[in-house]
Amino acid sequence: MGSALSLIGRSGKRSVTALRIPPTGLRFENIDKRYGGLFALRRVSFEVVPGECVVLAGRNGSGKTTLLRIAAQIVKPTVGKLSFPGADSAPSVNGRPGYVAHATMVYDELTAEENLLLFARLQSVENPAGRAEELLREVGLIERRDSLVRTFSRGMRQRIAIARALIHRPSVLLFDEPATGLDPPGITWLANSLREVNRMGCTVVMSLHGESELSALATRAVQLDAGSVVADTKSGASLHAILTFGGA
Amino acid sequence: MSLLSNTAILLGKELRTEFRSRELLTTTGVFILIVLVLFSFAINPGTEEARQFAPGLLWLAILFASSLMFQSCFLREQQNDTLSSLRLAVSDPFAIFLAKLIANTLFLLLTELLMLPFFAIFYNIPLWPKLPVLLLVLFVGSLGISIAGTAMSAISAQARMRELLLPLLLLPLLTPVLVVSSLVTASLLDREPVVQWKGIGFVAVFDLIFLTALWLFGEYLLEE
Repeated sequence: MGSALSLIGRSGKRSVTALRIPPTGLRFENIDKRYGGLFALRRVSFEVVPGECVVLAGRNGSGKTTLLRIAAQIVKPTVGKLSFPGADSAPSVNGRPGYVAHATMVYDELTAEENLLLFARLQSVENPAGRAEELLREVGLIERRDSLVRTFSRGMRQRIAIARALIHRPSVLLFDEPATGLDPPGITWLANSLREVNRMGCTVVMSLHGESELSALATRAVQLDAGSVVADTKSGASLHAILTFGGA
Repeated sequence: MSLLSNTAILLGKELRTEFRSRELLTTTGVFILIVLVLFSFAINPGTEEARQFAPGLLWLAILFASSLMFQSCFLREQQNDTLSSLRLAVSDPFAIFLAKLIANTLFLLLTELLMLPFFAIFYNIPLWPKLPVLLLVLFVGSLGISIAGTAMSAISAQARMRELLLPLLLLPLLTPVLVVSSLVTASLLDREPVVQWKGIGFVAVFDLIFLTALWLFGEYLLEE
Protein backbone atom coordinates (compact mmCIF):
# COMPACT_ATOMS: atom_id res chain seq x y z
CA MET A 1 0.00 0.00 0.00
CA GLY A 2 1.34 3.46 -0.84
CA SER A 3 1.86 6.13 1.74
CA ALA A 4 -0.44 8.80 0.41
CA LEU A 5 -3.44 9.08 -1.80
CA SER A 6 -2.58 10.69 -5.00
CA LEU A 7 -3.37 14.20 -5.70
CA ILE A 8 0.36 13.81 -5.81
CA GLY A 9 2.27 11.84 -8.37
CA ARG A 10 4.41 8.78 -7.72
CA SER A 11 7.40 11.03 -7.22
CA GLY A 12 5.71 12.45 -4.15
CA LYS A 13 5.37 15.88 -5.71
CA ARG A 14 2.03 17.46 -6.36
CA SER A 15 1.06 16.93 -9.97
CA VAL A 16 0.93 19.73 -12.51
CA THR A 17 -2.81 19.27 -12.91
CA ALA A 18 -3.36 19.57 -9.19
CA LEU A 19 -1.26 22.73 -9.01
CA ARG A 20 -3.54 24.44 -11.52
CA ILE A 21 -6.57 23.91 -9.29
CA PRO A 22 -7.43 26.90 -7.18
CA PRO A 23 -8.25 26.01 -3.58
CA THR A 24 -11.98 25.41 -3.32
CA GLY A 25 -14.29 25.76 -0.35
CA LEU A 26 -17.95 24.97 0.29
CA ARG A 27 -20.75 27.30 1.31
CA PHE A 28 -24.14 26.10 2.52
CA GLU A 29 -26.73 28.87 2.74
CA ASN A 30 -30.03 28.18 4.49
CA ILE A 31 -30.24 24.64 3.20
CA ASP A 32 -33.50 22.77 3.77
CA LYS A 33 -34.10 19.27 2.49
CA ARG A 34 -37.57 17.77 2.81
CA TYR A 35 -38.67 14.27 1.90
CA GLY A 36 -42.45 14.60 1.87
CA GLY A 37 -43.30 16.00 5.30
CA LEU A 38 -39.99 14.95 6.84
CA PHE A 39 -37.22 17.50 7.26
CA ALA A 40 -33.83 15.84 6.66
CA LEU A 41 -32.08 19.21 6.91
CA ARG A 42 -33.35 22.45 8.37
CA ARG A 43 -31.78 25.87 7.83
CA VAL A 44 -28.22 24.60 7.53
CA SER A 45 -25.74 27.43 6.97
CA PHE A 46 -21.99 27.29 7.28
CA GLU A 47 -18.93 27.77 5.14
CA VAL A 48 -15.93 25.50 4.76
CA VAL A 49 -12.88 27.51 3.82
CA PRO A 50 -10.42 26.07 1.28
CA GLY A 51 -7.99 23.63 2.86
CA GLU A 52 -10.09 22.92 5.94
CA CYS A 53 -10.70 19.41 7.23
CA VAL A 54 -14.22 19.37 8.66
CA VAL A 55 -15.77 16.45 10.48
CA LEU A 56 -19.54 16.14 10.50
CA ALA A 57 -20.70 14.50 13.69
CA GLY A 58 -24.14 13.49 14.85
CA ARG A 59 -26.42 10.60 15.65
CA ASN A 60 -27.85 8.29 13.01
CA GLY A 61 -30.45 10.18 10.99
CA SER A 62 -29.12 13.60 11.96
CA GLY A 63 -28.65 14.58 8.31
CA LYS A 64 -24.91 14.02 7.73
CA THR A 65 -25.32 11.85 4.64
CA THR A 66 -27.98 14.12 3.13
CA LEU A 67 -25.71 17.13 3.62
CA LEU A 68 -22.80 15.32 1.96
CA ARG A 69 -25.01 14.24 -0.95
CA ILE A 70 -26.12 17.84 -1.40
CA ALA A 71 -22.46 18.94 -1.31
CA ALA A 72 -21.69 16.30 -3.96
CA GLN A 73 -24.59 17.73 -6.03
CA ILE A 74 -26.29 14.34 -6.21
CA VAL A 75 -29.27 15.66 -4.28
CA LYS A 76 -30.75 19.12 -4.75
CA PRO A 77 -31.76 21.06 -1.65
CA THR A 78 -35.46 21.87 -1.32
CA VAL A 79 -34.56 25.39 -0.28
CA GLY A 80 -31.22 27.15 -0.04
CA LYS A 81 -28.03 27.44 -1.99
CA LEU A 82 -24.79 25.52 -2.29
CA SER A 83 -21.71 27.18 -3.75
CA PHE A 84 -18.02 26.46 -4.13
CA PRO A 85 -16.05 29.62 -3.35
CA GLY A 86 -12.85 29.66 -5.35
CA ALA A 87 -14.03 27.23 -7.99
CA ASP A 88 -15.75 29.82 -10.21
CA SER A 89 -12.51 31.27 -11.52
CA ALA A 90 -11.46 27.99 -13.11
CA PRO A 91 -14.36 25.63 -13.70
CA SER A 92 -12.79 22.28 -14.44
CA VAL A 93 -13.35 18.62 -13.88
CA ASN A 94 -11.12 18.83 -10.81
CA GLY A 95 -13.64 21.25 -9.33
CA ARG A 96 -16.13 18.41 -9.01
CA PRO A 97 -15.99 16.94 -5.53
CA GLY A 98 -14.59 13.46 -4.99
CA TYR A 99 -17.29 11.60 -3.09
CA VAL A 100 -17.13 8.37 -1.13
CA ALA A 101 -20.56 7.20 0.01
CA HIS A 102 -21.95 4.25 1.96
CA ALA A 103 -22.32 2.36 -1.32
CA THR A 104 -19.14 1.71 -3.27
CA MET A 105 -20.38 3.49 -6.42
CA VAL A 106 -18.38 1.11 -8.63
CA TYR A 107 -19.47 -1.72 -10.92
CA ASP A 108 -19.30 -5.27 -9.57
CA GLU A 109 -19.17 -6.68 -13.10
CA LEU A 110 -16.05 -4.71 -14.03
CA THR A 111 -12.53 -5.30 -12.79
CA ALA A 112 -10.81 -2.87 -10.42
CA GLU A 113 -8.79 -1.41 -13.28
CA GLU A 114 -11.77 -1.21 -15.68
CA ASN A 115 -13.73 0.72 -13.05
CA LEU A 116 -10.97 3.28 -12.55
CA LEU A 117 -10.37 3.59 -16.30
CA LEU A 118 -14.09 4.15 -16.88
CA PHE A 119 -14.29 7.06 -14.44
CA ALA A 120 -10.91 8.47 -15.52
CA ARG A 121 -12.00 8.55 -19.17
CA LEU A 122 -15.41 10.00 -18.38
CA GLN A 123 -13.68 12.86 -16.59
CA SER A 124 -11.01 13.32 -19.27
CA VAL A 125 -8.18 12.55 -16.89
CA GLU A 126 -4.77 12.86 -18.52
CA ASN A 127 -3.16 9.44 -19.11
CA PRO A 128 -6.04 7.43 -17.60
CA ALA A 129 -4.15 4.11 -17.66
CA GLY A 130 -1.21 5.59 -15.78
CA ARG A 131 -3.46 7.31 -13.27
CA ALA A 132 -5.47 4.10 -12.67
CA GLU A 133 -2.28 2.11 -12.12
CA GLU A 134 -0.92 4.75 -9.76
CA LEU A 135 -4.06 4.67 -7.61
CA LEU A 136 -4.35 0.88 -7.67
CA ARG A 137 -0.79 0.73 -6.37
CA GLU A 138 -1.53 3.26 -3.65
CA VAL A 139 -4.69 1.57 -2.40
CA GLY A 140 -2.92 -1.78 -2.41
CA LEU A 141 -4.98 -3.44 -5.12
CA ILE A 142 -2.42 -3.59 -7.92
CA GLU A 143 -2.18 -7.39 -7.60
CA ARG A 144 -5.96 -7.65 -8.01
CA ARG A 145 -6.28 -5.15 -10.85
CA ASP A 146 -7.81 -7.75 -13.18
CA SER A 147 -10.23 -9.21 -10.63
CA LEU A 148 -13.92 -8.41 -10.83
CA VAL A 149 -14.99 -6.11 -7.99
CA ARG A 150 -17.73 -8.58 -7.02
CA THR A 151 -14.98 -10.94 -5.82
CA PHE A 152 -13.60 -8.29 -3.42
CA SER A 153 -14.04 -8.16 0.35
CA ARG A 154 -15.81 -5.16 1.95
CA GLY A 155 -12.51 -3.51 2.80
CA MET A 156 -11.15 -3.94 -0.73
CA ARG A 157 -14.35 -2.47 -2.14
CA GLN A 158 -13.93 0.53 0.13
CA ARG A 159 -10.39 1.00 -1.18
CA ILE A 160 -11.52 0.94 -4.79
CA ALA A 161 -14.31 3.37 -3.86
CA ILE A 162 -11.71 5.75 -2.43
CA ALA A 163 -9.54 5.37 -5.53
CA ARG A 164 -12.56 6.17 -7.74
CA ALA A 165 -13.28 9.34 -5.79
CA LEU A 166 -9.68 10.50 -6.23
CA ILE A 167 -9.24 9.59 -9.89
CA HIS A 168 -9.75 13.16 -11.18
CA ARG A 169 -7.61 14.83 -8.48
CA PRO A 170 -10.52 16.71 -6.90
CA SER A 171 -9.99 19.87 -4.90
CA VAL A 172 -12.84 18.94 -2.52
CA LEU A 173 -13.20 15.51 -0.91
CA LEU A 174 -16.48 14.40 0.63
CA PHE A 175 -16.22 11.18 2.65
CA ASP A 176 -19.21 9.54 4.29
CA GLU A 177 -17.85 7.30 7.04
CA PRO A 178 -14.77 6.41 4.99
CA ALA A 179 -13.37 3.93 7.51
CA THR A 180 -16.28 1.52 6.90
CA GLY A 181 -14.90 -1.93 6.21
CA LEU A 182 -11.25 -0.92 6.51
CA ASP A 183 -8.96 -2.87 8.84
CA PRO A 184 -6.72 -0.96 11.35
CA PRO A 185 -3.75 -0.71 8.94
CA GLY A 186 -6.17 0.49 6.26
CA ILE A 187 -7.51 3.21 8.58
CA THR A 188 -3.96 4.32 9.41
CA TRP A 189 -3.12 4.46 5.71
CA LEU A 190 -6.28 6.45 4.97
CA ALA A 191 -5.57 8.88 7.82
CA ASN A 192 -2.00 9.47 6.59
CA SER A 193 -3.19 9.90 3.03
CA LEU A 194 -5.93 12.37 3.94
CA ARG A 195 -3.47 14.31 6.06
CA GLU A 196 -1.18 14.57 3.03
CA VAL A 197 -3.85 15.71 0.54
CA ASN A 198 -5.29 18.13 3.09
CA ARG A 199 -1.80 19.56 3.73
CA MET A 200 -1.58 20.28 0.01
CA GLY A 201 -4.73 22.39 0.10
CA CYS A 202 -7.48 19.90 -0.65
CA THR A 203 -10.65 20.63 1.30
CA VAL A 204 -11.95 17.59 3.19
CA VAL A 205 -15.43 17.12 4.66
CA MET A 206 -16.18 13.76 6.24
CA SER A 207 -18.79 12.25 8.47
CA LEU A 208 -17.53 10.12 11.34
CA HIS A 209 -18.89 8.24 14.29
CA GLY A 210 -16.82 8.73 17.41
CA GLU A 211 -13.14 9.44 17.77
CA SER A 212 -10.62 7.64 15.59
CA GLU A 213 -7.35 8.19 13.75
CA LEU A 214 -9.38 10.03 11.11
CA SER A 215 -10.95 12.43 13.58
CA ALA A 216 -7.45 13.51 14.63
CA LEU A 217 -7.19 15.21 11.23
CA ALA A 218 -10.12 17.52 11.95
CA THR A 219 -9.46 21.22 12.14
CA ARG A 220 -13.14 21.82 12.77
CA ALA A 221 -16.21 19.84 13.81
CA VAL A 222 -19.81 20.52 12.91
CA GLN A 223 -22.44 18.67 14.89
CA LEU A 224 -25.87 17.99 13.42
CA ASP A 225 -28.97 16.98 15.28
CA ALA A 226 -32.37 16.40 13.67
CA GLY A 227 -31.16 18.13 10.50
CA SER A 228 -29.88 21.30 12.18
CA VAL A 229 -26.40 22.48 13.08
CA VAL A 230 -26.21 22.42 16.88
CA ALA A 231 -22.47 22.97 17.33
CA ASP A 232 -19.64 24.26 15.19
CA THR A 233 -16.20 24.58 16.69
CA LYS A 234 -12.51 24.82 15.92
CA SER A 235 -11.22 25.00 19.48
CA GLY A 236 -9.47 22.01 21.04
CA ALA A 237 -11.67 21.03 23.97
CA SER A 238 -15.00 21.56 22.20
CA LEU A 239 -13.69 19.80 19.11
CA HIS A 240 -12.71 16.82 21.23
CA ALA A 241 -16.08 16.82 22.96
CA ILE A 242 -18.02 16.83 19.69
CA LEU A 243 -15.86 14.14 18.15
CA THR A 244 -16.10 11.98 21.24
CA PHE A 245 -19.80 12.32 21.94
CA GLY A 246 -21.23 13.75 18.75
CA GLY A 247 -21.83 10.43 17.11
CA ALA A 248 -22.99 8.64 20.21
CA MET B 1 -17.97 16.62 -28.20
CA SER B 2 -17.83 15.52 -24.57
CA LEU B 3 -21.40 14.24 -24.96
CA LEU B 4 -20.32 11.94 -27.77
CA SER B 5 -17.12 10.79 -26.09
CA ASN B 6 -18.91 10.18 -22.77
CA THR B 7 -21.63 8.27 -24.64
CA ALA B 8 -19.03 6.12 -26.40
CA ILE B 9 -17.25 5.34 -23.10
CA LEU B 10 -20.53 4.45 -21.37
CA LEU B 11 -21.71 2.39 -24.33
CA GLY B 12 -18.46 0.43 -24.10
CA LYS B 13 -19.20 -0.20 -20.43
CA GLU B 14 -22.78 -1.34 -21.18
CA LEU B 15 -21.62 -3.76 -23.88
CA ARG B 16 -18.74 -5.09 -21.79
CA THR B 17 -20.91 -5.81 -18.75
CA GLU B 18 -23.66 -7.41 -20.86
CA PHE B 19 -21.38 -9.61 -22.95
CA ARG B 20 -19.66 -10.66 -19.72
CA SER B 21 -22.89 -11.70 -17.97
CA ARG B 22 -25.17 -12.27 -21.03
CA GLU B 23 -28.14 -11.76 -18.70
CA LEU B 24 -30.29 -9.62 -20.97
CA LEU B 25 -29.50 -11.34 -24.25
CA THR B 26 -30.22 -14.79 -22.85
CA THR B 27 -33.45 -13.73 -21.14
CA THR B 28 -34.89 -11.81 -24.08
CA GLY B 29 -33.77 -14.39 -26.66
CA VAL B 30 -35.30 -17.31 -24.80
CA PHE B 31 -38.48 -15.32 -24.13
CA ILE B 32 -39.05 -14.36 -27.79
CA LEU B 33 -38.31 -17.92 -28.91
CA ILE B 34 -40.83 -19.40 -26.45
CA VAL B 35 -43.58 -16.98 -27.55
CA LEU B 36 -42.94 -17.72 -31.23
CA VAL B 37 -42.91 -21.48 -30.67
CA LEU B 38 -46.09 -21.45 -28.57
CA PHE B 39 -48.10 -19.40 -31.03
CA SER B 40 -46.85 -21.44 -33.98
CA PHE B 41 -48.91 -24.34 -32.56
CA ALA B 42 -52.03 -22.18 -32.47
CA ILE B 43 -51.70 -20.85 -36.01
CA ASN B 44 -51.41 -23.01 -39.11
CA PRO B 45 -48.02 -22.18 -40.69
CA GLY B 46 -48.05 -20.89 -44.25
CA THR B 47 -51.73 -20.00 -44.28
CA GLU B 48 -53.27 -16.59 -44.86
CA GLU B 49 -54.10 -16.58 -41.16
CA ALA B 50 -50.39 -16.94 -40.31
CA ARG B 51 -49.48 -14.01 -42.57
CA GLN B 52 -52.16 -11.89 -40.87
CA PHE B 53 -51.36 -12.67 -37.26
CA ALA B 54 -47.64 -13.48 -37.24
CA PRO B 55 -46.39 -9.86 -37.56
CA GLY B 56 -48.51 -8.82 -34.58
CA LEU B 57 -47.20 -11.76 -32.58
CA LEU B 58 -43.64 -10.87 -33.53
CA TRP B 59 -44.04 -7.32 -32.19
CA LEU B 60 -45.86 -8.57 -29.10
CA ALA B 61 -42.94 -10.89 -28.37
CA ILE B 62 -40.49 -8.00 -28.94
CA LEU B 63 -42.51 -5.78 -26.58
CA PHE B 64 -42.60 -8.31 -23.75
CA ALA B 65 -38.94 -9.19 -24.18
CA SER B 66 -37.94 -5.53 -24.16
CA SER B 67 -39.97 -4.97 -20.97
CA LEU B 68 -37.78 -7.58 -19.31
CA MET B 69 -34.74 -5.74 -20.61
CA PHE B 70 -35.87 -2.35 -19.31
CA GLN B 71 -36.69 -3.65 -15.82
CA SER B 72 -33.01 -4.05 -15.06
CA CYS B 73 -31.72 -1.14 -17.15
CA PHE B 74 -31.53 1.45 -14.36
CA LEU B 75 -32.11 -0.98 -11.51
CA ARG B 76 -28.58 -2.30 -12.02
CA GLU B 77 -27.26 1.22 -11.45
CA GLN B 78 -28.95 1.34 -8.05
CA GLN B 79 -27.25 -1.74 -6.69
CA ASN B 80 -24.04 0.12 -5.74
CA ASP B 81 -25.37 3.63 -6.35
CA THR B 82 -23.34 3.76 -9.57
CA LEU B 83 -25.89 6.15 -11.07
CA SER B 84 -24.63 8.77 -8.61
CA SER B 85 -21.01 8.19 -9.59
CA LEU B 86 -21.97 8.47 -13.28
CA ARG B 87 -23.85 11.71 -12.64
CA LEU B 88 -20.80 13.08 -10.87
CA ALA B 89 -18.50 12.03 -13.70
CA VAL B 90 -20.34 12.98 -16.90
CA SER B 91 -20.61 16.56 -18.10
CA ASP B 92 -24.03 15.96 -19.70
CA PRO B 93 -26.45 13.49 -18.07
CA PHE B 94 -27.99 12.85 -21.49
CA ALA B 95 -24.87 10.75 -22.23
CA ILE B 96 -26.11 8.21 -19.65
CA PHE B 97 -29.46 7.90 -21.46
CA LEU B 98 -27.91 7.89 -24.90
CA ALA B 99 -25.50 5.08 -24.03
CA LYS B 100 -28.25 3.02 -22.45
CA LEU B 101 -30.75 3.46 -25.26
CA ILE B 102 -28.14 2.65 -27.93
CA ALA B 103 -27.14 -0.45 -25.96
CA ASN B 104 -30.80 -1.48 -25.53
CA THR B 105 -31.47 -0.97 -29.25
CA LEU B 106 -28.42 -3.05 -30.16
CA PHE B 107 -29.39 -5.86 -27.77
CA LEU B 108 -32.96 -5.82 -29.07
CA LEU B 109 -31.84 -5.84 -32.71
CA LEU B 110 -29.38 -8.65 -32.06
CA THR B 111 -32.11 -10.73 -30.44
CA GLU B 112 -34.48 -10.00 -33.33
CA LEU B 113 -31.87 -10.95 -35.93
CA LEU B 114 -31.29 -14.26 -34.17
CA MET B 115 -35.05 -14.88 -33.99
CA LEU B 116 -35.96 -13.99 -37.58
CA PRO B 117 -34.91 -17.39 -39.05
CA PHE B 118 -37.04 -19.18 -36.42
CA PHE B 119 -39.94 -16.84 -37.20
CA ALA B 120 -39.65 -17.64 -40.93
CA ILE B 121 -39.53 -21.39 -40.26
CA PHE B 122 -42.28 -21.64 -37.63
CA TYR B 123 -44.77 -19.55 -39.60
CA ASN B 124 -43.55 -20.60 -43.03
CA ILE B 125 -43.24 -17.00 -44.20
CA PRO B 126 -40.43 -16.15 -46.65
CA LEU B 127 -38.58 -13.08 -45.37
CA TRP B 128 -35.77 -12.91 -47.92
CA PRO B 129 -37.50 -10.84 -50.66
CA LYS B 130 -38.22 -7.88 -48.37
CA LEU B 131 -35.45 -8.37 -45.82
CA PRO B 132 -33.76 -4.93 -46.13
CA VAL B 133 -37.06 -3.06 -45.58
CA LEU B 134 -38.04 -5.48 -42.80
CA LEU B 135 -34.74 -4.74 -41.07
CA LEU B 136 -35.43 -1.01 -41.43
CA VAL B 137 -38.87 -1.45 -39.82
CA LEU B 138 -37.34 -3.52 -37.02
CA PHE B 139 -34.70 -0.83 -36.52
CA VAL B 140 -37.04 2.19 -36.28
CA GLY B 141 -39.53 0.21 -34.18
CA SER B 142 -36.87 -1.10 -31.80
CA LEU B 143 -35.33 2.35 -31.49
CA GLY B 144 -38.73 3.79 -30.51
CA ILE B 145 -39.27 1.03 -27.96
CA SER B 146 -35.77 1.60 -26.55
CA ILE B 147 -36.09 5.38 -26.25
CA ALA B 148 -39.41 5.22 -24.42
CA GLY B 149 -38.36 2.14 -22.44
CA THR B 150 -35.10 3.67 -21.24
CA ALA B 151 -36.87 6.83 -20.10
CA MET B 152 -39.60 4.89 -18.29
CA SER B 153 -37.00 2.59 -16.75
CA ALA B 154 -35.29 5.63 -15.19
CA ILE B 155 -38.61 6.73 -13.68
CA SER B 156 -39.75 3.34 -12.45
CA ALA B 157 -36.36 2.38 -10.94
CA GLN B 158 -36.88 5.00 -8.24
CA ALA B 159 -40.44 3.93 -7.47
CA ARG B 160 -41.54 1.46 -4.81
CA MET B 161 -43.71 -0.76 -7.06
CA ARG B 162 -41.28 -0.62 -9.96
CA GLU B 163 -42.15 -4.03 -11.46
CA LEU B 164 -45.77 -2.93 -11.82
CA LEU B 165 -45.07 0.65 -12.79
CA LEU B 166 -42.85 0.03 -15.81
CA PRO B 167 -45.40 -1.87 -17.96
CA LEU B 168 -48.14 0.52 -16.83
CA LEU B 169 -46.14 3.49 -18.09
CA LEU B 170 -44.63 1.81 -21.09
CA LEU B 171 -47.55 0.03 -22.79
CA PRO B 172 -49.79 3.06 -23.44
CA LEU B 173 -46.79 5.06 -24.58
CA LEU B 174 -45.70 2.43 -27.08
CA THR B 175 -49.13 1.69 -28.51
CA PRO B 176 -48.70 3.96 -31.58
CA VAL B 177 -45.28 2.48 -32.44
CA LEU B 178 -46.45 -1.08 -32.00
CA VAL B 179 -49.67 -0.65 -33.99
CA VAL B 180 -47.92 1.05 -36.91
CA SER B 181 -44.91 -1.30 -36.86
CA SER B 182 -47.22 -4.33 -36.89
CA LEU B 183 -49.24 -2.91 -39.80
CA VAL B 184 -46.10 -2.09 -41.79
CA THR B 185 -44.65 -5.55 -41.09
CA ALA B 186 -47.94 -7.23 -42.08
CA SER B 187 -48.01 -5.38 -45.43
CA LEU B 188 -44.40 -6.40 -46.04
CA LEU B 189 -45.10 -10.06 -45.35
CA ASP B 190 -48.26 -10.15 -47.47
CA ARG B 191 -48.42 -12.35 -50.59
CA GLU B 192 -48.27 -9.09 -52.53
CA PRO B 193 -45.84 -7.09 -50.40
CA VAL B 194 -46.25 -3.33 -50.09
CA VAL B 195 -43.78 -1.00 -48.41
CA GLN B 196 -45.72 1.50 -46.29
CA TRP B 197 -43.24 4.35 -46.23
CA LYS B 198 -45.71 6.60 -44.41
CA GLY B 199 -45.84 4.11 -41.56
CA ILE B 200 -42.05 3.89 -41.38
CA GLY B 201 -41.91 7.70 -41.44
CA PHE B 202 -44.46 7.89 -38.62
CA VAL B 203 -42.36 5.62 -36.38
CA ALA B 204 -39.21 7.59 -37.27
CA VAL B 205 -40.94 10.84 -36.26
CA PHE B 206 -42.08 9.20 -33.00
CA ASP B 207 -38.43 8.26 -32.34
CA LEU B 208 -37.28 11.80 -33.03
CA ILE B 209 -39.90 13.42 -30.78
CA PHE B 210 -39.18 11.10 -27.86
CA LEU B 211 -35.44 11.46 -28.29
CA THR B 212 -35.79 15.25 -28.19
CA ALA B 213 -38.00 15.06 -25.10
CA LEU B 214 -35.46 12.81 -23.41
CA TRP B 215 -32.66 15.22 -24.30
CA LEU B 216 -34.62 18.16 -22.87
CA PHE B 217 -36.03 16.57 -19.73
CA GLY B 218 -33.85 13.50 -19.11
CA GLU B 219 -31.82 15.21 -16.40
CA TYR B 220 -34.92 15.51 -14.19
CA LEU B 221 -35.56 11.78 -14.46
CA LEU B 222 -32.20 11.08 -12.82
CA GLU B 223 -32.75 13.30 -9.81
CA GLU B 224 -33.34 11.73 -6.42
